[in-house]
Amino acid sequence: MIKFLTQIGLYFLLLKKVFSKPEKPSVYYRQTMREFVYLGLYSIGIIAIISFFMGAVITLQTAYNTENPIYPTYLIGLGCRDSIILEFSSTVAALILAGKVGSNIASEIGTMRVTEQIDALEIMGVNSASYLILPKIIATLLFNPVLTLISIIVGIFGGWMAGTLSGVITSENFIYGIQYAFIPYYITYSMIKTVCFAFIITSVSAFQGYYVDGGSLEVGRASTKAVVFSSVLILLFNVILTQLLLS
Amino acid sequence: MISVKNLNKSFNGNSVLNDISVTFETGKTNLIIGRSGSGKTVLLKSIVGLHTIDSGEIWYEDTLFNKLDFKNKKEIRSEIGMLFQGSALFDSLTVEQNVRFPLDMFTDKSPAEKNERVDFCLNRVNIINANKLFPSELSGGMKKRVAIARAISLNPKYLFCDEPNSGLDPITAILIDELIKELTEEYSMTTIVNTHDMNSVMEIGEKIIFISDGVKYWEGNKNEILISDCETLNDFVFANALAKKLRSKEK
Repeated sequence: MIKFLTQIGLYFLLLKKVFSKPEKPSVYYRQTMREFVYLGLYSIGIIAIISFFMGAVITLQTAYNTENPIYPTYLIGLGCRDSIILEFSSTVAALILAGKVGSNIASEIGTMRVTEQIDALEIMGVNSASYLILPKIIATLLFNPVLTLISIIVGIFGGWMAGTLSGVITSENFIYGIQYAFIPYYITYSMIKTVCFAFIITSVSAFQGYYVDGGSLEVGRASTKAVVFSSVLILLFNVILTQLLLS
Repeated sequence: MISVKNLNKSFNGNSVLNDISVTFETGKTNLIIGRSGSGKTVLLKSIVGLHTIDSGEIWYEDTLFNKLDFKNKKEIRSEIGMLFQGSALFDSLTVEQNVRFPLDMFTDKSPAEKNERVDFCLNRVNIINANKLFPSELSGGMKKRVAIARAISLNPKYLFCDEPNSGLDPITAILIDELIKELTEEYSMTTIVNTHDMNSVMEIGEKIIFISDGVKYWEGNKNEILISDCETLNDFVFANALAKKLRSKEK
């Protein structure tokens, strides 16, 4: 229990260091642009592929579970849209990003710790926590909503492709379904969740990497811990945010 | 000048440095020697503030460094250059960007002035045509030289080197030693070098302290080290077969 509380304390102390005034804003700006590319742009591919197939599977599963003629077929489109907006593109995509981006952040910062690169920054008088972590947090907070939007669009497109190619729904019915009873607030809800999850993924993974002590084995362990803890926190906050925002 | 007074440091109750007092002189290459695990690196990292000490005082000229807060420590740190055992170059930056990093972070020089300074520092350590290479593309000796170039880019008053020639062949090791000595004299820096390499000791040891098991046993220079009557020091200095033979011949 004491170890757990110590870790929580260390996490918040690290955040305090991270959110202190940057030494040289121009250097931080450059670093943030770099993180946009590495953490954001390079994640578009995996998000698009997974979203496409998830959208396809959601459509097919909804179709096979609503074969009763009293249900209009356009409900398949509606089901696909709402599942993707409410849950898949924010939560499931965040879990995927926890694996990709989280392990990347923890191993990058962890390796810098064990190879004394963080010590080198400290010796120069640089606030290493802020320099290394703040640009990553800013980049993911700003770019993950874009990834979510891409995921929504590609996911619904995947659903349309699977539905029409397999013949379970006509193109007109699917398009009518995705427009039917649309609640714009669902997008806001999805974006709020995305931003919260982005912060969790980046800060928890950076925390695991920053306090690595040892060698390459410990870096690997920190990377695993980053994914596990981020994923558990995402699921926990998913419940909390859903209760707060949709109840 | 850097003075250390009655420095004590322990980890989880295990004493690593015990009542160390020493003065490191300006314009000289000061060496901390001792066996692996004797506490050399802990002492060096304590002096630069990477480890918080249990008790004692660390003075940079007239400033009590270990009592300063982060902001004031930063001022002193801007005058410190450090060469780490593994070079600690930033993997994601090229050679040129590594050397320019301190200039970007702490100066308002124009890009042209920064480039000029980077080129000067790289030339000074004999790194030519490697500006665009990444650290992973460099040899061990080149990495050390680039790390030295980065360390001197802000014209530091204090240079710290943690085992600068570990993992290098004897010829490259001598080149690195000579470079450190030349830079120390050129910029009149206070240089502290951690080493257990006796070649370095005989090459650049203007002031030497010997520590063993966290205790300072001996202090002197490279001429005095061979005639010392400190047994612990002699066991270290004459540990290899060649040194033993030479000593028995002399006797």
